[in-house]
Amino acid sequence: MRALTWHGTHDVRVDTVDDPEIVNPRDAIIKVTSTAICGSDLHLYDGVIPSLQPGDILGHEFMGEVVETGSGSTLKKGQRVVIPFTISCGGCFHCKVQQYSACENSNPAEKQDMSAALYGQPMAGLFGYSHLTGGYSGGQAEYVRVPFSDVGPVVIPDHLEDEKVLFLSDILPTGWMAAENADIQPDDTVAVWGCGPVGLFAIQSAILMGASKVIAIDHYPHRLELAKQLGAEVINFRETHVQDALMEMSGGIGVDAVIDAVGMEAHGFAFDNMLEVVKQKVGIGADRAHALRMALMAVRFGGKVSIPGVYGGMTDKFPTGALMEKGLQVRSGQTHVQKYTAKLLEMIEGGKIDTTFMISHRLPLEEAPHGYKNFKEEQNTWTKVILKPGMAASA
Amino acid sequence: MVAGQDEGVATLGKAAALGLALGAAAIGFMATRRSSDDAGNDGDDAPDYAARRGGGDVTGRTVTIRKDRQELYSFWRDFANLVPIMENVTAIRPAGGGNDRSVWTIRAPGGRTVDVETEVTEDRAGEVIAWQSVEGSTIRTEGRVSFADAPGDRGTRVTLVIDYAPPLGELGRAIAKLARREPAVQARHDLKRLKMHMETGEIATSARRRDQTRAAQMDDAAAKKETA
Repeated sequence: MRALTWHGTHDVRVDTVDDPEIVNPRDAIIKVTSTAICGSDLHLYDGVIPSLQPGDILGHEFMGEVVETGSGSTLKKGQRVVIPFTISCGGCFHCKVQQYSACENSNPAEKQDMSAALYGQPMAGLFGYSHLTGGYSGGQAEYVRVPFSDVGPVVIPDHLEDEKVLFLSDILPTGWMAAENADIQPDDTVAVWGCGPVGLFAIQSAILMGASKVIAIDHYPHRLELAKQLGAEVINFRETHVQDALMEMSGGIGVDAVIDAVGMEAHGFAFDNMLEVVKQKVGIGADRAHALRMALMAVRFGGKVSIPGVYGGMTDKFPTGALMEKGLQVRSGQTHVQKYTAKLLEMIEGGKIDTTFMISHRLPLEEAPHGYKNFKEEQNTWTKVILKPGMAASA
Repeated sequence: MVAGQDEGVATLGKAAALGLALGAAAIGFMATRRSSDDAGNDGDDAPDYAARRGGGDVTGRTVTIRKDRQELYSFWRDFANLVPIMENVTAIRPAGGGNDRSVWTIRAPGGRTVDVETEVTEDRAGEVIAWQSVEGSTIRTEGRVSFADAPGDRGTRVTLVIDYAPPLGELGRAIAKLARREPAVQARHDLKRLKMHMETGEIATSARRRDQTRAAQMDDAAAKKETA
């Protein structure tokens, strides 16, 4: 089959590789019909997440048709399914309390040591996201082996086209959980850093949860425009002093809740960020946490901090004083996708959530490297890229 | 193919071969002396093997499994069940004689295997199973697994304690660690696989094809060496 493979920093290629097959009883094989490039794939593209190996197949947002099932799968051939990016067994303690992204059994035993050394306990298995999370082949391919196919996959009714439901795999539940983690109350003013797909879904979710005001922060005019269309007020951090603006826009008290939908590769020319850009370039495993620092300053005393943006390592100059003195609540984490998919599918069917407005480009899988390059370099206009294995490559 | 996804044992060098031999220790290796008595943490509630100083060659690990004690005890008590769980063990079969003897066939360097005969030294249903190699065994081994209720409905805490002394002392330990075949590492992985097997009915692998799993590659490497 054809698949998008990683070969080094800013070097991804479409290669011919072995087709997957059923390995364990609960597996299914999916023929991919649509897959997307995620903002977090850019962390892999940029080489700031360790433990990728040349030839690894990327991609963790995908859906397709069931073409093969193991004896323990509950799926049927021909069903259309969206696959959560988190691989979850359904039987361990964390799965039982719906903390699916902390599944204890999906990361192979010998792969758990790396993340256990970094974080104290091992991470769960994720599709296409380095060997820290199991080294599973990802979904930017023609076929994918899906373990525990009786737990994760969401069966999609025929009348819903791919683009309406594809984002159930990651960014829609991630945006939703980000808003849920911000514990939004009806009178709240909520600030969201980053108007990428997760930030945009977090904005939409926060509004649906009844926030009185949502303020979106970015520097790409087109992305800010999308946020505005959803009903957010916007701040362009290139033009406006964000801390001052947020203090004024929250009536001098600070915002009630902040959502960092940026993560470890923050943009901007603030001193702390430039220092961390240099550290990442020379290979010191430092996260660029500029957005998070700003968020911790902007949030009011007793306020709420939600971190859906991906961080992988450590950071310096972290405002522990603001964190403690202000009595903040912090909630974060990889998304417990399986907890949210049924409810969100219902909201999509009922027309309550619009999932297609951010899609800017649709490419054949063969043109995926072009998609990565532009998603990284043309962030203003390349807001979300969908790859179609079945689409003919342009000549 | 996902390069290096399941590192082939066939490619391991000499150091790793020594490591493999040590890996056998994961099921309990050598050292008749119980060295936990000199652990330096008698003043607190932590297990001896978590001591900063002393503790000698005892290694231990606990894993929580969502199954009841009796079920886990019964599974372990039938040693043959452990073969797919323990990466360096290729067969476990009952031996004649008293005291519940078993013969464990363990992977060794050069695609060979070594047989170790053990006897059960302690056995309390639902609580504990301990074993050690019989007198005159070429490999000395000692292990103990215990089962305790976890809080609420979290299942059972399974603790595996192994007493071992690596060949070549600290050097041997360092080499084995490099090859990720150090007994403590192996014991940890074995317990994770036990948990997977009991909670999910299968052992997680990111292999895309059946011949790419670790188990398949180890068998394959062993077969190649036999025919070489």
